[in-house]
Amino acid sequence: MSDVQWEAVIGIEIHAQLLTATKMFCGCALSFGDPANTHTCPVCLAHPGALPVVNAEAIRLAVIAGHALGCEIPERSVFSRKNYFYPDLPKAYQISQFDEPICGPGRFRYLTEDGEKFLGITRAHLEEDAAKLNHFGGEGRRADALGSVVDFNRGGTPLLEIVTEPELHNGTDAAAFLKQLRQTLVHLGITDGSMEQGSMRADANISIRPLGVTTLGTKTELKNMNSFTFLERGIAAEIERQIGIVESGGTVTQETLHYEPATGHISSLRSKEEAHDYRYFPEPDLVPVVPDRGWVDEIRAALPELPVDRRDRWMREYELTFEDAEVLSEPAALGDYFEQVAADAPPKSAANWVRGDLRAFLRERGQEPWESDVAPGAVAQIIRMVEAREISMPSAKQVLAHIVAHGGDPKEVVASLGLGAIQDESALIAIVDELIAANPAQAAQLREGKEKLVGFFVGQAMKATQGRADPGRIGELVRERVAAS
Amino acid sequence: MALFDLSAEQQIAAVVAGETSSVELVAAHLARAERDEWNSFLAVDRERALSRAKEIDGLAVRPPLAGVPIAIKDALSTRDLVTTAGSKMLEGFRPIYTATCVARLEAAGAVIIGKTNMDEFAMGSSTENSAYGPTLNPWDITRVPGGSSGGSASCVAARQVPWSLGSDTGGSIRQPAALCGIVGMKPTYGAISRYGLIAFASSLDQVGPFARTVRDAALLLSHMVGRDPMDATSLEWTEPIRMPSATRLDGLRVGVIEELMGDGIDPGVRAACQSTIDMVEGLGGTVVPIALPHAGYGLATYYLIAPAEASANLARFDGIRYGHCAADADVLLEHYERTRAEGFGPEVKRRIMLGTFALSSGYYDAYYGQAQRVRTLIMRDFAQAFADVDVVASPTSPSTAFRLGERTADPLSMYLSDICTIPISLAGLPSLSIPCGLSDGLPVGLQLAGPAFSENRLLEVAHALELAIGFDHVPQGVGQ
Repeated sequence: MSDVQWEAVIGIEIHAQLLTATKMFCGCALSFGDPANTHTCPVCLAHPGALPVVNAEAIRLAVIAGHALGCEIPERSVFSRKNYFYPDLPKAYQISQFDEPICGPGRFRYLTEDGEKFLGITRAHLEEDAAKLNHFGGEGRRADALGSVVDFNRGGTPLLEIVTEPELHNGTDAAAFLKQLRQTLVHLGITDGSMEQGSMRADANISIRPLGVTTLGTKTELKNMNSFTFLERGIAAEIERQIGIVESGGTVTQETLHYEPATGHISSLRSKEEAHDYRYFPEPDLVPVVPDRGWVDEIRAALPELPVDRRDRWMREYELTFEDAEVLSEPAALGDYFEQVAADAPPKSAANWVRGDLRAFLRERGQEPWESDVAPGAVAQIIRMVEAREISMPSAKQVLAHIVAHGGDPKEVVASLGLGAIQDESALIAIVDELIAANPAQAAQLREGKEKLVGFFVGQAMKATQGRADPGRIGELVRERVAAS
Repeated sequence: MALFDLSAEQQIAAVVAGETSSVELVAAHLARAERDEWNSFLAVDRERALSRAKEIDGLAVRPPLAGVPIAIKDALSTRDLVTTAGSKMLEGFRPIYTATCVARLEAAGAVIIGKTNMDEFAMGSSTENSAYGPTLNPWDITRVPGGSSGGSASCVAARQVPWSLGSDTGGSIRQPAALCGIVGMKPTYGAISRYGLIAFASSLDQVGPFARTVRDAALLLSHMVGRDPMDATSLEWTEPIRMPSATRLDGLRVGVIEELMGDGIDPGVRAACQSTIDMVEGLGGTVVPIALPHAGYGLATYYLIAPAEASANLARFDGIRYGHCAADADVLLEHYERTRAEGFGPEVKRRIMLGTFALSSGYYDAYYGQAQRVRTLIMRDFAQAFADVDVVASPTSPSTAFRLGERTADPLSMYLSDICTIPISLAGLPSLSIPCGLSDGLPVGLQLAGPAFSENRLLEVAHALELAIGFDHVPQGVGQ
């Protein structure tokens, strides 16, 4: 059996909380961290006789997301009731969408180091989040709690559930996809995308099959992985577990699993036999959503450049590496800052300065470039001065550090700190000659061909000039003068 | 004539003329509501009603409904006023908000004196399914008032209020109106906001008025219709409801539903309805028979769709946030099972089970899906009928008021009480019942229905017939 090559087949389901002002079906504010049950009303508490009304902003955000996912927006969509009893679900049904979702099939483009990839999107639909159960006593888990209380503030929060086709084959691509999906949704203002706080959650459906087989094996569902790393590791661990089962002669059972990131342990939450019959049926309290086609087209036309297209453009036009583009694209404000610098300076250098020294200097002060007083133009000017050899690289860093700390214009800072490169060739020759005279042994070795010692003299020269010399030119002069002496 | 014998319209006129006051009217009706020989009321709130009446009497500008008293079916949420929907599940429950239609009537100057008895969660046709005992028919206290809005019908027939609100899912306004000899109207689905109406079957439920005259029903309706931002299925109402005044039916084409004038309809009911239909030509109209080929499937269709929706609508009664809560359950499942076993009555449980089954995986298409398809066919039947006629007519109920206990042992015979009203409910059409005569001393109702939004014409037709019929019988023993 062990010579069989296994292929994993993976599909992802993502739940993203939408950045609306109010809940999905009532006027209660979305507000997290407020005292329990302060954002509730007859509708989200499911009082007798209360009725849902669809949040129009949630529809708008879903349509934007649909366009960004490359989805069709069908002529109409329908809300359905998903029935099950649980204390966090006050109506004992979740209003969701079943056979007529707001976003139909689509295809999402994302980038990997191996190039661009596509993942089929099955659908995206709107639904409401459940309330939050708080368990008290014990360790705060349900199992050992003395009791549980319900906070309905979160109940009714609009969610967009995105379901992908089972077209992924490893956790790495799954994480890359999810990262870029999140970036896209955050960029478009659809969700805040916080995986730690649960405003974006991902589940993975995983099965394995011998390479070359086209039918699907029995899948398991891995629940709620709250970081990209956990998603990647969880998927890898589950693939390994399934291969282990099959290779030792067993069969994979369909079940819902929990991945424990701390231990890497996978445990069963429930099996297929325990699965609910949700008895979906069209929600009679709501009418079908039939978005105006003109409005749908307007939203598509008004869509800003998507993060994936931006990164792609940087890599093509600016010749940035995959990694540069990835780092600079997140968050979008960093990308905006970078583009402003790159507008007035060579983009490759702009990328290095922005993601490198600028961010590092600012981070010491607890700031990010886009929220700092350092103008992109100033950074661009420093880069241009280096390119023109008006200042050396070490001086440029000093100038930047000074501007980060005190502000100011790069030219003036260079002048006031006396950091202008020593342009006077005779002064440089004098310094080099002095160093050769002071270090006869090293000069002799260099003359014998020990090239490494050029660096020694350059270092000494930089020290002597407090970094104001052009190290390239010094190196040239050292070779000339040693040979001549 | 006693104050309580006046129609609402007359009471308003008397207040406006300074002949009486809201306080006087409310007090006169409160006395009868509190005596309540018929168990019409589940709650009467004397203090609240009198203080509101006093307030209205003190206003410089009298509101349109002038502080005339009204009773509200207990299926409608009324803030701080106990609302049980006839169920033990909601015993003592005080809502935190008021239904839109009730709020609109209060804003127009109606004074609520109490909440009326009903079949539990509006499931029934006799009000015998109330957890708080049956309501008795003022015409004969050994008989049922119909249901599910039995209390709202009996209190109007018994002059405890001039008018009231009910709700109609498959006939729950029209059938008790017929059995109690009063006017009851279910408007077009979406005409009146359902916000605050404790849901039985969402796609069928509609609020509507009970009154002793067609004009009173129209007046009450006029203050409730229209879009409500809290109910997504409520409709814009562009043409206001007018006070009907027609005395003739010139040019009107009345279609008599053949399927509902034959077997299964008591001869006495048929005769009273026929004699009213016979008046149409004398008033200038024409009568033609019409066929509704799928009407026969109405009952079966209804008993899949309504319980299916109810099974979800009633799932919220889980004893966690409000309502009955089982004591000392050890685990969550036990809590749910015991709360619902103790809180719901047998008919409600029966329908929850029916509905749950109809929606179950593997059965959905054969039951709920099929029922929705038949519902569409029934709608088409009506659309075809209304190509040829302006209104359709039939008996409202196949029989007059039946005896208490007569049908409780056999759910199917109880379900058949609504055979005439259900097809119209499935089509979402406006419909009303007017008293058209007596059979063995018990009132008979004639049902009229029209296309969606034809409320004004229906009310005019009903008004002209009401005058022609001249139904002036009063239940024995309610005149004092």
